[in-house]
Amino acid sequence: MSLHALSQPADKQRIVVVGNGMVGHHFVEQFTENDNYQLTVLSAEPRLAYDRVHLSEYFTGKTADDLALTTPEQYQKLGVDFHLDAKVVEIDKSAKTVRTAQGQIFAYDKLVLATGSYPFVPPIPGKEREHCLVYRTIDDLKQIQASANQGKVGVVVGGGLLGLEAANALKELGLDTHVVEFAPQLMGVQLDQLGGQLLRKKIEDLGVSVHTEKATQQIVDGEQCVHRMEFADGSYLETDLILFSAGIRPYDNLAREFELTIGERGGIVVNNQCQTSDEHIYAIGECALWNNFIFGLVAPGYAMAKVAAGHIQGETESFTGADMSTKLKLMGVEVGSIGDAHAKTAGAQCFTYQNDRDVIYKKIVVSQDGKNLLGAVLVGDTSEYDTLLQYALNGIELPENPDSLILPSSNEKPSLGVDALPDSATICSCLNVTKGDIVGAVDAGATDIASVKAVTKASTGCGGCAALLKNVAEHEFAKRGLEVKKDICSHFAYSRTELFHIIKAEKIRNFDTLLEKHGQGMGCEICKPAVGSILASIWNDYILKSDHLPLQDTNDIYLGNMQKDGTYSIVPRMPGGEVTPDKLIAIGEIAKEYNLYTKVTGGQRIDLFGARVDQLPDIWEKLIAAGMETGHAYGKSLRTVKSCVGSTWCRYGVQDSMSMAIFLENRYKGLRTPHKVKFAVSGCTRECAEAQSKDIGVIATENGWNLYVSGNGGMKPRHADLFATDLDDATLVKYIDRYLMFYVRMADRLQRTSVWLESLEGGLEYMQKVVIDDHLGINDELEKQMSAVVDSYQCEWKTTINSPEQLKRFRQFVNSDKTDTSIQFVNEREQIRPATITEKAASGLLIDTVTITDKSDELTPA
Amino acid sequence: MSNSKAWQTICQTQDLVKHSGVCALLENEEQIAIFQTDDQQAFSISNWDPAGKANVLYRGIIGDENGEIFVASPLYKERFSLQTGKCLDDEQLAVTSYQTRIINDNVQVLI
Repeated sequence: MSLHALSQPADKQRIVVVGNGMVGHHFVEQFTENDNYQLTVLSAEPRLAYDRVHLSEYFTGKTADDLALTTPEQYQKLGVDFHLDAKVVEIDKSAKTVRTAQGQIFAYDKLVLATGSYPFVPPIPGKEREHCLVYRTIDDLKQIQASANQGKVGVVVGGGLLGLEAANALKELGLDTHVVEFAPQLMGVQLDQLGGQLLRKKIEDLGVSVHTEKATQQIVDGEQCVHRMEFADGSYLETDLILFSAGIRPYDNLAREFELTIGERGGIVVNNQCQTSDEHIYAIGECALWNNFIFGLVAPGYAMAKVAAGHIQGETESFTGADMSTKLKLMGVEVGSIGDAHAKTAGAQCFTYQNDRDVIYKKIVVSQDGKNLLGAVLVGDTSEYDTLLQYALNGIELPENPDSLILPSSNEKPSLGVDALPDSATICSCLNVTKGDIVGAVDAGATDIASVKAVTKASTGCGGCAALLKNVAEHEFAKRGLEVKKDICSHFAYSRTELFHIIKAEKIRNFDTLLEKHGQGMGCEICKPAVGSILASIWNDYILKSDHLPLQDTNDIYLGNMQKDGTYSIVPRMPGGEVTPDKLIAIGEIAKEYNLYTKVTGGQRIDLFGARVDQLPDIWEKLIAAGMETGHAYGKSLRTVKSCVGSTWCRYGVQDSMSMAIFLENRYKGLRTPHKVKFAVSGCTRECAEAQSKDIGVIATENGWNLYVSGNGGMKPRHADLFATDLDDATLVKYIDRYLMFYVRMADRLQRTSVWLESLEGGLEYMQKVVIDDHLGINDELEKQMSAVVDSYQCEWKTTINSPEQLKRFRQFVNSDKTDTSIQFVNEREQIRPATITEKAASGLLIDTVTITDKSDELTPA
Repeated sequence: MSNSKAWQTICQTQDLVKHSGVCALLENEEQIAIFQTDDQQAFSISNWDPAGKANVLYRGIIGDENGEIFVASPLYKERFSLQTGKCLDDEQLAVTSYQTRIINDNVQVLI
């Protein structure tokens, strides 16, 4: 037996913290700048605090170290005396000491119990069988992983929030996953009946079986699997692994044994300062019972930690409860719950919106007088969560028709301007940052989002409030007349447009010269590709020339489209989507030889996936020998000119759209632009080539061509604008030359033509004046510039395979002929696809191994 | 942990690509990314991108911020300091960094 901490300097107050979970750690952090206290942390776990909220990520590749919230070095640096595997077994309230299982004794002035909770396991006969586990600590996860290795089927008992997270983990581990719930619905605390039904449907669609109203009576030996769970209604379910997630219970045994006041159903009773019945002992987090309530979320725990730490240091803040609203993504399904989700308030009125096609359900609960939002349930779409939460938390008066807040595409959806939020409105609930704190940070001199984040810590927890934070901060910047800087990055105090003019006017040919004359530092991943693109637009050098190579982004630098596993996809050019059978056969043979996943693209060409960097030159040599050239699918440049067959074949075609498409694609191929550019040409007004969704759209008429500009598909679709009608071939090409070069000159980096046109003062009309009427007197120059690019076209891959110096770069290793063994594929639908982390682990490539079934764990919609 | 680290010659300077990266394989099958920032200066870090989870860091763009030289991952653009291996965008992430020097055209890494 030894006496610890008694030898500390007498003038320091001794604080002993029992438990080092997230809340216990948060408490410790409150003392980092105060030298008057000596902190001792006693943890029963073998490691310091880690992130339990993101625990399931342990199965998707995060290690215990990744999840750690601190390190022994950090604690040492802070002067925190910590002891792991040190379970406290005794509190001596009169002597003010605690004793650990190992017999060490620690004296305290203040004792803080942050012992957390443990998973509740229902008293079912058979619950102690092997492979019956819980989901709480990293050690639990290790056991789950080991068990999952040996089985095929997994069951989670409990369909609450944690249960569904655990089910997701089992699914990630490749198990055939079931959820067994005693109640008639999932997430009964947060969701109402309809919301629960929809969530169930969504989760079942993802391949997880849900069984509700099932009371497990006993667990016995199974026939097909390790266990058989027998239910009260006579049915049964066989499984290899059972995970109990039926709620939590506070770890209050220590307090109970040493006579602190305990709630009727458990939990250490605390007051508003988080003090227990002994004023020198505090309890915080999930072991504490405040106002007869245990908070099973991390944010209220953090709030308690702050209050207790503040009280010890002489502050007077109180814990006044916490909002239990939640927004989360379960297996890719968005779920949100705010306040009185079950409409228990007297006189409450409900408004619901249900959409069975897209599986969306929304309900708001409104006070009797219709003025305040009391609660909400959102399943399938939580985009209104932030706004609704602000209404609920701040008592902001609702619009006359509150249902307009949740109805889709209602034209005048009232948007809650950030100005309407009171200063007390919570913006970041993880770290309890209010709008007032953000305003204060801006007042104190923060001029960008990053510094607001640094000062207030807002949005550094779960990150869910990032958009709201940005809104509030930018609104405050604007109010103070702070200009939003247009500088491309810290290396150049110029916008992309300004850099374009400098490079052109001063005839600058490389990045180093530009940096020396007009910039500072080395450059970065923002300015380098932008300048690389400008140089290519103006001078059209080979982009891998040694001056330009370091500027090229991910795809350009190896002339391929990098995929998630570091392999590349290859797209030969196929102008207008036209391809001879011989070329098609050649592509097929090459794909077969290199075992490439083969897919037809949206741009009417063929994409070959899964080529290693060292295979690219060989593959291209063969494609070029078969008469093909690069498709620039990797570049911010012209991609494709999509087309229909036009008047040559089609009964309705009025112009030869095929020839025009091929001509245009060959004319503009290789042109580097601020962002990718797509064309289409349709042979009649039936518009089979969908030209009105392209940057440049051409539609045949009886008299020539109609030109459409600045359309877009993708994330934010935009219908193209009709620019000019009934053009002859030569005028059409002239207008496109000018339009594209004006775009190259004026647009911001990574700005598509659609966004560019909308940001242009004067819009379409101004564009027509410039391109058609030569309003700026620059059309000659624009045309000249375009013909210079057209005349200097080269197939970058042909240049590359003819350059021994370049070919060296495509070796995987400078010192070995081996290939990258971490790239692995599995077969799916008779082709390859990248192996998932779980599958790689199973093949023994990573250290932790798990078993997999043939079910992909990536079918979850993104 | 053994503390018998030694300088190993990995390749020659002509194997490097100026202002960009190459990849080398260590004896223990680990991959390192070597970046040449200047005639006589090179940096090495682990090639594994902990955010993107692939061996790709050597293919990123190098740059600097407040004097700290970094590579931006080609996958999702997290920036890793070439000096310390720390991620500049996410405190939770880091890669191993290796001391690197150029002696008579030999590129040497302390392993």
